[in-house]
Amino acid sequence: MSVMVVRKKVTRKWEKLPGRNTFCCDGRVMMARQKGIFYLTLFLILGTCTLFFAFECRYLAVQLSPAIPVFAAMLFLFSMATLLRTSFSDPGVIPRALPDEAAFIEMEIEATNGAVPQGQRPPPRIKNFQINNQIVKLKYCYTCKIFRPPRASHCSICDNCVERFDHHCPWVGNCVGKRNYRYFYLFILSLSLLTIYVFAFNIVYVALKSLKIGFLETLKETPGTVLEVLICFFTLWSVVGLTGFHTFLVALNQTTNEDIKGSWTGKNRVQNPYSHGNIVKNCCEVLCGPLPPSVLDRRGILPLEENGSRPPSTQETSSSLLPQSPASTEHMNSNEMPEDSTTPEEMPPPEPPEPPQEATEAEK
Amino acid sequence: MATEVHNLQELRRSASLATKVFIQRDYSDGTTCQFQTKFPPELDSRIERQLFEETVKTLNGFYAEAEKIGGSSYLEGCLACATAYFIFLCMETHYEKVLKKISRYIQEQNEKVFAPRGLLLTDPVERGMRVIEISIYEDRCSSGSSSSGSSSGSGSSSAGGGGAGAR
Repeated sequence: MSVMVVRKKVTRKWEKLPGRNTFCCDGRVMMARQKGIFYLTLFLILGTCTLFFAFECRYLAVQLSPAIPVFAAMLFLFSMATLLRTSFSDPGVIPRALPDEAAFIEMEIEATNGAVPQGQRPPPRIKNFQINNQIVKLKYCYTCKIFRPPRASHCSICDNCVERFDHHCPWVGNCVGKRNYRYFYLFILSLSLLTIYVFAFNIVYVALKSLKIGFLETLKETPGTVLEVLICFFTLWSVVGLTGFHTFLVALNQTTNEDIKGSWTGKNRVQNPYSHGNIVKNCCEVLCGPLPPSVLDRRGILPLEENGSRPPSTQETSSSLLPQSPASTEHMNSNEMPEDSTTPEEMPPPEPPEPPQEATEAEK
Repeated sequence: MATEVHNLQELRRSASLATKVFIQRDYSDGTTCQFQTKFPPELDSRIERQLFEETVKTLNGFYAEAEKIGGSSYLEGCLACATAYFIFLCMETHYEKVLKKISRYIQEQNEKVFAPRGLLLTDPVERGMRVIEISIYEDRCSSGSSSSGSSSGSGSSSAGGGGAGAR
């Protein structure tokens, strides 16, 4: 009897994951589907810094101090490292419920609420929990078929529930959630410092060189300077403002999503039960607290069924019917208004005009 | 109550899955990972309440240890930040170490406590840290009819009754 050996490519779990994510490097890298603006971010940072190192740094290192390019390089490397970490890591996606679990929860819900007649949309399912003497409601996610943990939210762009959902950032091409919020914060912080640094030293360079050869000659010699100054100027207003906003959020242990919805503000609302009341403690917890590993197990190998075929995907297939939300601007104005929670029927909800990089979840 | 001793492999081969029970998360202490210690009625005839509660409380203790905010976690966070998080390429985080301890503990509990009673605990990490899944197995050899596929409430109680009656 001849034995046929068929070498099959191993199927890893990331290939069957629902949701609208892209995976690279065999599951090691996880991003949102639209990456265009992320490439723009990369291009702007790399381009500006390349020009800075190539032209201004050579002059300033000789005229002022060699520490200038060294410090710039450190800032540049740190912001690139944090950017890539933010973009490529799992933000804290909650895997969807398997059929057994979903059925169990449905039965529990029906037991408490009673059966819903056919054809009618069931009411939003809410469970009440008490956290630190305050009532917090848990919402049921119709897509993922789970009760979302507190502070979790469903990202309509990536079609995943994300823990401690902050917002979906098109500039980094990923959601910002529990697992990558600190990387995101450090990225915008280091980018602010880098921008200020490059901007300041460009001014210094132009000033120094203008003393010797005149202003117009300086610009003619290094036209890149004008471009850098322009990019830095616009980046400054947006990124520094964003850093300030997120510093405020970190100090109060709030997420952008909660801030937009006004979860903890207003007369009749509960106070934020997650804040320790102490700014230092809040900062330490958000930025230096323990980092939970990803529960997605992207690189796990899918087991073969007995008959040799792969098991059918047990989770819902992601619908590609939803039009993608347009990229929101990064500009932050001082008169931003937090948006009230969206109605359940909106699909997908429009971007709020003021807070930057926000994508509100589609409430189901 | 089933008193026959099975090891894990025997259990998977000879028993059929009757139903599953899901222990939900307990959010009364915030977003930290804790599970409810409420005893599910489906397990009433299968395991002692105290054993079950002890297992869940030990698991809760492990998760609390993993998520503990204190000096060592700050140190780890600051060190990682100072190295631009490159240190995570070669070092395991404290959380990951505790998760490994948890999976060893669950394996041990399955072998010693749950499998002999026809139950199997699934590591919450495999369910996205949402639930502790307990699979209730029915003996193919000891019970006449398999009750898999029936609703969980009536299924497990009739399975328990059927199993006891067949003996």
